[in-house]
Amino acid sequence: MIEVLNVTKGFGGKMILQDVSAVMEGGKTNLIIGTSGSGKTVLMKCMVGLMNVDKGQVKYGGEDFTAMSEREKKAIREKIGMLFQGTALFDSMTVEQNVFFPLDMFTNLTAKEKRMRVESCLDRVNLMEAYKKYPAEISGGMKKRVGIARAIVLNPKYLFCDEPNSGLDPQTSMVIDKLIKEITSEYQITTVINTHDMNSVMEIGDHILYLYNGLKQWEGTNRDIIFSRDEKLNHFIFASEFLQDAKEMRQIEIMQNRQAQEPPLAD
Amino acid sequence: MFFYHFGKYLLMLKGMWSRPESVKMYWKEFMHQCVEIGLGSLGIVMIISVFLGGVTTVQTAYQLVSPWIPKTTISMVVRDTLILELAPTMVCIVLAGVIGSKIASELGNMRVSEQIDALEIMGINTKAYLILPKILAALLVIPCLVIIAGFLGITGGLLAGELAGILGKQQFLQGLVKNFNSFNVFFALIKSYTFAFIISSISAYFGYYVQGGALEIGRASTTSVVVSCILILFADYGLAAILLQ
Repeated sequence: MIEVLNVTKGFGGKMILQDVSAVMEGGKTNLIIGTSGSGKTVLMKCMVGLMNVDKGQVKYGGEDFTAMSEREKKAIREKIGMLFQGTALFDSMTVEQNVFFPLDMFTNLTAKEKRMRVESCLDRVNLMEAYKKYPAEISGGMKKRVGIARAIVLNPKYLFCDEPNSGLDPQTSMVIDKLIKEITSEYQITTVINTHDMNSVMEIGDHILYLYNGLKQWEGTNRDIIFSRDEKLNHFIFASEFLQDAKEMRQIEIMQNRQAQEPPLAD
Repeated sequence: MFFYHFGKYLLMLKGMWSRPESVKMYWKEFMHQCVEIGLGSLGIVMIISVFLGGVTTVQTAYQLVSPWIPKTTISMVVRDTLILELAPTMVCIVLAGVIGSKIASELGNMRVSEQIDALEIMGINTKAYLILPKILAALLVIPCLVIIAGFLGITGGLLAGELAGILGKQQFLQGLVKNFNSFNVFFALIKSYTFAFIISSISAYFGYYVQGGALEIGRASTTSVVVSCILILFADYGLAAILLQ
């Protein structure tokens, strides 16, 4: 579990995050959504320690990450896996070497054990056929999958994904979403995802945090979003007519399901 | 502005010293950098030094017009010029372009494409893992390149002397050993260690702290070469003034 408590962050007098608090639960996919410039990436960077908070706390399993020394932070970081927006794969290494890297750096496993672990991770993301290729030789979706394999190779407790669907076609986006969702429940990881993708919000959003101008505007589940009356949230999520219609249809569907499940009233 | 950069540079150097996460991986990176810096620039160093030696021989002969000056003086001048100045300084200025721009653009690209962030998130001290092996490799390899440049420069001078009919091989070799001062070699090595540190650390600084995109990487690369060259020239004068009194 990750707790974000009253986090405030600004740059040169401009406040990017103001008093944001949230609890990211374990075994769930926690989504941070919001328009461009709303502070999603800054919040994620503050959570992983790439940026220092001006005020507030970030707690990992009850331990205050923001007050830790660099050495203590290092110990927490070894439990973190991260998938970057641009994948951040090491372009001088093959797919296999990219996944090997954290194992070589942090474990004392034998070569055979490392190979088995790498193969199981690449197999988990369906990438066994590309393990000898360089990042420049594979597609965007494959790069994301390599990024996921590298992020989970050390069995992290926390997985952060910064816009995992950016630049991908809808079908590949769904594959990536499904993979993240499966890995989250399989390994009981606390997953935090920054996204703009409405399909992801509706499909895998166990817990959603909506940021608006650096403030927490709304918090709930993907089911709650359908019935939300928050104007800013509705304006952001259901921006097009198509999505408005989809929302109304989903509302009717959920209402009908509820009515069907309710016991008939006694006369 | 100067103090801001200087302070940040010192903090970067301080930040490199921490216990390695994996000695094996750091060693691998160090060896990789030795190969990149050494083999990557060996060709250009060889070409430059042979021609520097040749040109110095021809130009020295052109200036020594008096029949009273023995021909062996030419090779003495070539030897001392190469050892004291051309091999360490000229070669390091060229290496500032070759190695410096490579280090700055490599680190800049890693910064822009979030590879440095990815390493940080893994819990790796990126200054120690990415910068220290480069500086250590430069400190090991660049003096070796300077020594090779010195030998090849003298060989180039010998060849040019013979080919142009200025002085024979025997005369050249006689002059080469005449009044040889071994301190000059020591001085050249001190210069090459100083320049190696300047080239690697300055270019690493500009590459590591790049912000922006492709344009900024190019700018950082150019700035690192310019600043390295200027600092090499300052250090060259400083070392000469201090050690050659």
